[in-house]
Formats: sequence, structure tokens, C-alpha cells
Amino acid sequence: CLHRLDQWFSNGAGMDDPAAPLPTSPSCHEEDGTVEEKENNNKKRTKGAVATAWLTFYNIAMTAGWLVLAMAMMRFYIQKGTHKGLYRSIARTLKFFQTFALLEVGHCALGIVRTSVIVTGVQVCSRIFMVWFVTNSIRQIQNEESVILFLVVWTMTEITRYSYYTFNLLHHLPYFIKWARYNLFIVLYPLGVAGELLTIYAALPFVRRSGMYSMRLPNKYNVSFDYYYCLIVFMLSYIPLFPQLFFHMLRQRRRVLHGEVIVEKDD
Amino acid sequence: MKHYEVEILDAKTKDKLCFLDKVEPNATIGEIKSMFHKSHPQWYPARQSIRLDPKGKSLKDEDVLQHLPVGTTATFYFRDLGAQISWVTVFLTEYTGPLVLYLMFYFRVSFIYAPKYDFTTSKHWVVHLACMCHSFHFMKRLLETLFVHRFSHGTMPLRNIFKNCTYYWGFAAWMAYYVNHPLYTPPIYGEQQIRLALIIFLFCQIGNFSIHIALRNLRPPGSKTRKIPYPTKNPFTWIFLLVSCPNYTYELGAWFGFTLMTQCLPVAFFTLVGFIQMTVWAKGKHRSYLKEFRDYPPLRSPILPFIL
Repeated sequence: CLHRLDQWFSNGAGMDDPAAPLPTSPSCHEEDGTVEEKENNNKKRTKGAVATAWLTFYNIAMTAGWLVLAMAMMRFYIQKGTHKGLYRSIARTLKFFQTFALLEVGHCALGIVRTSVIVTGVQVCSRIFMVWFVTNSIRQIQNEESVILFLVVWTMTEITRYSYYTFNLLHHLPYFIKWARYNLFIVLYPLGVAGELLTIYAALPFVRRSGMYSMRLPNKYNVSFDYYYCLIVFMLSYIPLFPQLFFHMLRQRRRVLHGEVIVEKDD
Repeated sequence: MKHYEVEILDAKTKDKLCFLDKVEPNATIGEIKSMFHKSHPQWYPARQSIRLDPKGKSLKDEDVLQHLPVGTTATFYFRDLGAQISWVTVFLTEYTGPLVLYLMFYFRVSFIYAPKYDFTTSKHWVVHLACMCHSFHFMKRLLETLFVHRFSHGTMPLRNIFKNCTYYWGFAAWMAYYVNHPLYTPPIYGEQQIRLALIIFLFCQIGNFSIHIALRNLRPPGSKTRKIPYPTKNPFTWIFLLVSCPNYTYELGAWFGFTLMTQCLPVAFFTLVGFIQMTVWAKGKHRSYLKEFRDYPPLRSPILPFIL
């Protein structure tokens, strides 16, 4: 039993339902354990309870944050009638909550959420990259329509996702949230990708002209870096990565909504 | 002599794949794999994983049937390891790439740099020295693969060759591009820095080679025995007193020397990535030494004396 607990708390590589916190009291038969074993069990149960409490707080906070973002965006558009200047008005809130999501990588690494660190890492990093290294630094593209597109998509996705996790942790999941999480992505994911790619594409000429974040030869480190080509490589990386993430969600959808058992390819 | 019956089931679907009767009690798993291969020609022995339990560990080729915890009708589970490729092939391919690629950049073959630089040579003597060191390093690796190393496993999964070659060839091209660039900047501290770097590099190359020879001599030809390595008369092996995997320690030192010599950030990056990978390997090796040998010297660290 203790061995199983150990496995649960260590890094799980399974691509299972994310944010499902690990059960705190195992349903296994315990023989007359030693005092040490019982102490260990108690420590692990406390660890589990703390993890659950933290995750609940985290997910509620993130749901609230993205709801605030959504409302700010709607209010701006209703009041001003245009999307120009919308990004600037919500930039700080967006940066705060999107950066905070880095913690999710930590959750996977610590094992309190049973998702692959790499999958979460890739998703969070691509968001951080978009927010900090594209829209934040290249001011000329902040009023592009593609920015609004991915902002709307991200907001809808994150509100659904974080409220799903929250309700899950509270063991009170309304079916429509589950439905939303595992169906909306089919439309939102490709739309989000389109918004992101169009934004980067629009930014390219400005990057080229300003030579930002770039380093040329000769220099004492004997290295060069061209942010323009870096962005192009980043865009190309969507080609292998997006289908993998999309089909991962499709597999999850089949499992969660239809109870199908998918045999994953063993490594 | 009582004969055994062996049935082999698929570990995932539990389908009966093969039934062998009249199997000798002293038959090895290796021999059973050959028999299985006859009935399923697409699964050559190297890609068979035979185990007692569907989710258990693979049995070794040397394991003898009658010494396994099975009845006279033995049930084994089979898992396909996928297409396999020999370690020697992988090593030769992954090391030849950097050797050839670096030279292409050194001789400034067409289409790499601006046309006016095609087939010119660098005016900095450190660039020539770096080329000699890099080429020597990979020629040494190739020769060791052919004549020195004794491999525990014959094969690895085929996809590894693509992964490994991308890593070695990619990094070699990236490093070689900058070191041999017409706009290359030589090390800040000039001759002193280069000389020190060369000494470190050569010292570690000799050290690394000494360790490879020492490890080879631990194992008689054709066997797969494992023993604790100890310092020999060669002073370069005395590091065994403090480190479990000194071959990695020396390798790190050699690349550190090369970084110092070229003062090139991509080289530093390659050294760092290699260091991380070798540390992971060293820790694993150290752990299995500790598990296998009760009397393993306690003073030893995996890769860096006292630190890591």
C-alpha cells in the first residue's frame, strides 16, 4: 500500500484526466502496521489534504481571474465599440494570470496533478511566449484582429477548464461543464491556433525592421541569434505539435464522455 | 530427462502466439527466442522481450528454463520491442556525422558562408587547433567503438538512431558554423587561454581513454559479467577512488577544455547539455552498482568527486 502511495505522489507519466487530485485515503487492506508506517500514512494523508486545498484555491482563483478578463473585454467593446486599444486595457491582468499558470507545471512535477509535465510545459510555455515575447513586446500588432481572436478563445477555454477542475475537486461536476470542456475545444483549439499564427505573421515585418532580441557577428561569444527566424521556427513548430495536442484532447474526450478505454502506445 | 512445454502469450492481448513442446530443461531464454523466431520470422530475437509476468521485467538471454519459477508447462509473455539496430551501427553513424560536418565548415565548403569566403582558411591559429582537437575526439570515439568497447546489449530501438544523430549532427553543425566563421573572435585571454584549454583537453582525452581500457579489461571477451572497477597502475584511473563513472568526468573535462579553447557559446551549451545527460547516466550507473554490490566503496560519487 505504501508503495502505491509513493507511486501516486511521484511523477506520473500517464496522460490521464488532468487536475484530478490523487485520492488521500487508499482503499487497500492495511495489516497491523508499525507505528512508523502509520505515521507515514498520516503524513501522506495530510500532504494529500493540503494539495487538494491548494488546488481548489488555485483553480477558483484562476476561474475568477479569467472571468474578470472576459468581463473587462466585453465592457471595453460595449463602451468603445471598437477593438482598438482593447489589448492595452487588459494587458496587465492577462500577463498576471497567464504567467501564474506556470504553477501548473509545478503541480505536475510534484505529482499532485496527474498530467505529463511535458504536455503542460509545452502548452504553458507557448502561451507565455505569445503574451510576453509577441504581443507585449511588439506594440505595432496589439490592435490586430487576430489578437482579439485568440484572446476570446483563450478566455473561453480557460474559464471552462478551470471551472471544470474546480467542480471536479469539489466532487460536484455539472454535466454541462464537462460537456463544454470536452466539446468546445474542437472549435476553440483551431481558432486559437489561427489567431496566434496570424498575430506572429503580422509581427514579422516589425521584428525584421527593428532587429529586436537579435545578436550579430562578430561578438566575443561567437554566437548569433535572429529573432525573425526564431519566430518562423516557432510558427513551424505548430505543425507537429498542434495535431498531437489536439488528438490527445480527442482521446480524453472519448474516454471521459463515452467511457471508451483507449490503449495508449507504450513507450 | 523430463522435457518442458513452453507456451508464449502476447503480453497485451494474451493471445497464444506459440507453443513449443519437448524443450530441454537446460534451454536458455536465448534459445527459446530463436525457436519463437522460427514460427514468427518477423520477430527476430533482438526485438523479443520475454517475461514471466505481462507487466514484469524482461528475462535475460542467459536465464535457464529449469531455474525459473515455472512448472513443466511454462507460460511466458511476449512484447515486441520494435525494430532494433545494433549499438555499433548507431555509434558509428552518430560519430561519423560530426567528424565530416565539422570538416565541411572548417574548409568553408560552398553555400555555408558568403561566396567570397568559399574554400578560404581562417587566419586564427586557434581555429586550426580546434579543428584538430574536434576531429581527433571523434576519430578516437570511432576507433573505441570498433576496438575497445564491450557492449552489454547488442541492440537498441531503431528510432534511437534518428534521435541520436539529430543531437550529435545538429550540435556539431551549430558549433562548427561559429568556430569556423569568417567573423570568428578568438579567446579574450589569447595564447594563455588556448594553452590552458589544450592541456585540459589532452589530459581529459588520455584520461577518458584510460578509463575505457580499464573498463574493457574488467570484462573477458564475449562475456557479460559486471565487476566493480578499481584504480590500476595507470594514474589516470586513480580517479576511480572518488568517482563511479570517471569516463563521463573526463568527457566533461574535455568539452570544458574545448569550450575554453574556442570561447564559443554554442560549444558551452553543448557541454552543458552533455553534462546533464551524463550526470543522469552516471547517477543511474552508480545506483545499480550500489544495488548489485554490497561492498561498493562508499567514498565514490557518481560523476563529480564529492559534489554530484
